[in-house]
Amino acid sequence: MKKAIVSIAFGLTASLLAAGSASAQATLASVKQKGYLTCGSNTGLAGFGLPDAQGNWTGLDVDFCRAMSAAIFDDPTKIRFIPLSAKDRFTALQSGEVDVLARNSTVTMSRDTQLGLDFPAINYFDGQGFMVRKKLGVSSAKELNGASICTQQGTTTELNLADYFRANNMKYEVVAFATSDETFKAYDAGRCDAFTTDASGLYSERLRASNPDDHIVLPEIISKEPLAVAVRHGDNQWGDIVRWTHNAMLDAEELGVTKANVDQMKGSDNPEIKRLLGTEGKFGEAVGLPNDWAYRIIKHVGNYGESFERNVGEGSKLKIKRGLNAQWTKGGLQYGLPVR
Amino acid sequence: MKVKGPKTTSLQRMGSVQSSVSQALPPKKSFLYDPKVRGIFYQTLLVCVVGYLFYIAATNAVDNLRRAKIASGFGFLENTAGFDISQTLISFSAAGSTYGDAFIVGLLNTLIVSAIGIVFATFLGFAVGIARLSSNWMVAKVAMVYVETLRNIPLLLQLLFWYIAVLGPLPQPRDSFSLGAGFFLNARGLFMPRPLYAADAWAIGVAFAIGVVVTILFRRWAKKQQAATGRQYPVGWATLGLVLGLPVATWIVLALMNANPVSFDMPVKGTFNLRGGMQILPEFVALLVGLTTYTAAFIAEVVRAGILAVSKGQTEAAGSLGLKSGQTLRLVVIPQAMRVIIPPLTSQYLNLTKNSSLAVAIGYPDLVQVFMGTVLNQTGQAVEVVMITMGVYLTISLVTSFVMNIYNRRVAIVER
Repeated sequence: MKKAIVSIAFGLTASLLAAGSASAQATLASVKQKGYLTCGSNTGLAGFGLPDAQGNWTGLDVDFCRAMSAAIFDDPTKIRFIPLSAKDRFTALQSGEVDVLARNSTVTMSRDTQLGLDFPAINYFDGQGFMVRKKLGVSSAKELNGASICTQQGTTTELNLADYFRANNMKYEVVAFATSDETFKAYDAGRCDAFTTDASGLYSERLRASNPDDHIVLPEIISKEPLAVAVRHGDNQWGDIVRWTHNAMLDAEELGVTKANVDQMKGSDNPEIKRLLGTEGKFGEAVGLPNDWAYRIIKHVGNYGESFERNVGEGSKLKIKRGLNAQWTKGGLQYGLPVR
Repeated sequence: MKVKGPKTTSLQRMGSVQSSVSQALPPKKSFLYDPKVRGIFYQTLLVCVVGYLFYIAATNAVDNLRRAKIASGFGFLENTAGFDISQTLISFSAAGSTYGDAFIVGLLNTLIVSAIGIVFATFLGFAVGIARLSSNWMVAKVAMVYVETLRNIPLLLQLLFWYIAVLGPLPQPRDSFSLGAGFFLNARGLFMPRPLYAADAWAIGVAFAIGVVVTILFRRWAKKQQAATGRQYPVGWATLGLVLGLPVATWIVLALMNANPVSFDMPVKGTFNLRGGMQILPEFVALLVGLTTYTAAFIAEVVRAGILAVSKGQTEAAGSLGLKSGQTLRLVVIPQAMRVIIPPLTSQYLNLTKNSSLAVAIGYPDLVQVFMGTVLNQTGQAVEVVMITMGVYLTISLVTSFVMNIYNRRVAIVER
C-alpha cells in the first residue's frame, strides 16, 4: 500500500514536470510529425465552416486550413477539424488541442495581449448586425427599445450589444446561449424578438430558419469585426506561415493567378509571379516550407477571390458582396503584402 | 482530504498498539522503534510530499501561463464586465459592474434555483414515494410509472423537453394568454404584478412576525397540554389564522384608513414585450421543473425504502392503539423512516445542486453559464475561473451535507 502511494506520488510529480517542459515552439515540426493539421473550426456556419452531407468540411475558414495543409503537405485533406463553440475556442487553442483557429474570431486588443494568442491574418472584415421577423414591422435597430435579443455567449457580439443599447439609451433583455445553433433555434422558436451576430453570420443563419423569407436583416452595422485566424503567441514561425498563407492567396488574386491557370503561370516572366510560385528565390525555406508552397496553395485551393466566390459570394447560397473584402485595388481592405 | 485519510488510519493503528502496550508492558526500546514517533514521522513526511506536489503544480501552472503570455492572477475580478445578464438578483449593468459582480449574480442564480428545487423536490418526492406504497392500485401504479419514466431518462433531455417542447410553443407576447388579475403567460415567461410597498407597509411585516412568534408559542403550549392532559387543540387552524390572517387583517384595516400600504405595478403590453410587473424567465421555469421532477423520482425511491424499513409491527401496534392511517403515517412511520431517509436524501440534494449546472444547455444564467462561460471567455483565465467554480460547488455541497448531518443527528435513535 505504502509503496503504491509512493509510486503514484512520483508518477504525478514526473507528469507535472513533463508538462512543464513542453515547449510552445515548433508547431510546424509537431504538425509534420503527426502528419496532419488540427484546425479549430466553427460548429457549423454555412459559408465559413460546415460539413456537407458527405462529411466534407467546406467554407472560407475551412479553405484557409486547407491552404495551410496544402502548403505543408502538398495535400489539402491532411486536416482534422475540431468544431469549437465560441466560448471554448480560445481555451482549445491555448491548451494545444488545435494548431490553428480559423473560426470567424474577432481580433481585439485584450484577446491579442491577454489570451496568449496572435492573430496574423484577417481573412474577413465584418460588422455586427441584427435580424428580426418581418411581421414586427421594425426597419431600424434604433427601434429595438425593449426587445428580447438572442446572442451567443463569449463573443464580442455580446459586448457590442451591451455597448450599443447603452449608447442609444435603450433597454433590452439579453438571452445568451452557449452555441450558435442553440442561439438561432431559440430565436427561430420565438424566444427573442431579434437575433444578433456578425452580418455574414446573419445571412448564413437565415438559411437555416424554418422560413427564411420571414426574416429581415436590419441595415445598421454596429461594430467593427475583423475576423482573423489565430495561433498561439510565441511560435513566430507558425505565425509567419499563417500570415503568408493569407497573403499568398491575396497576391495570387491580384496577379490573376487562379487554380485553373497556375501551371501555365509557372512559366510567366513576371518577377512577382515567379517569386510567388517559387520559380525564383527561396522564400519558402525561411518559414520551414518548400519553395513552391504558394504554388501548392493555389493549385489545391485557389486564390482568395475564388475561395470567397465559391463559399460566400455570388457562387454560393449566401450571395454576399465583396464589399470590405474586395482587393485594395477595387476599393476593399484586402491588401496582399509583397512576396520578396 | 488526502492528508486526513492516512492520518485516521495511523491514529487507529496507534490506538491498537497502545492497548497492546498497556497489556504486555515490554522493556523500553530505542527511540527509533517508538510507534508514536514513527507515526508522527510518516505523517509529516506525507504532508510534506502532498504539499510539495501542490506547490509544484501551482508554480508550474503559473510558469507556463507566463511563458505563453496568458494573463494570470485574480485581478480580473475587478475589471468591468461589459455584458448583460438576463436574470439578476442584485443590480447588475454592463457599464458599472465587474466580473466579480457577474460571479455573484451567477452564484445567486444557482443558489435560488437549487434552494427552490430542493424544497419542491422534497414535497413531490415524499408524495410520490408514499403514493407508491398506497393500497389504491391506481395511485400506486401512477407513482411507479412516474418514478420509472423520469428516473431513466437523462436529465439533459428532460430539460430540453421542458424548454423547447413545453415552454417553447407558448404564444408570442402580442398574443399572450391572460390569466386574469394581471398575470400573463407567453414565450418570454410568466408576467405578474409587482408589489410596491408604501411607507406604512412595515405594519404588515410586523403583523406577520407577531403571527409567527405567537404560533410557535401556541404550538409549544398545545403540545405540553396534550402531553399533560391528553386534550388536543386546533393547531392547524390557529397557525393559518395567525400567520396569514393577521397580516391580511392589518392590510384591510390600513386600507380602510385610506393608507393603501401596497399597490401593484401591472404588466402592460409594450412594442415588443410586456412592460412593468415581474417576469419569471422560461429558462428558470424549465430548469426548476426539470430538476424538481427528476430529483423527486429519486427521492420517492429513498422515501419508499425508508418506509419499508420500518417494521410492520409498528403500523399494527399503532392501529391497535386506535390511530387512523394518516396519523399512523405521520406520527409513527415517518419519524422512524427519517433515520433511513436522511443520509441518501442529502445525496439527492447535492445531486440537484450540481445538476443545476446543466442550465448552460437552455441559457439560464447560472454560475457555470455566466462565470465559466462568458467570464472565462472574455478574460481567458481558465485556470482561475475553473478553480473558483470548483471551490464554490465544493463549498455549497459541504455546507448542505453539514446542515443535513446536524438534522440527521437530531432524528437519529437516542441511546438511553
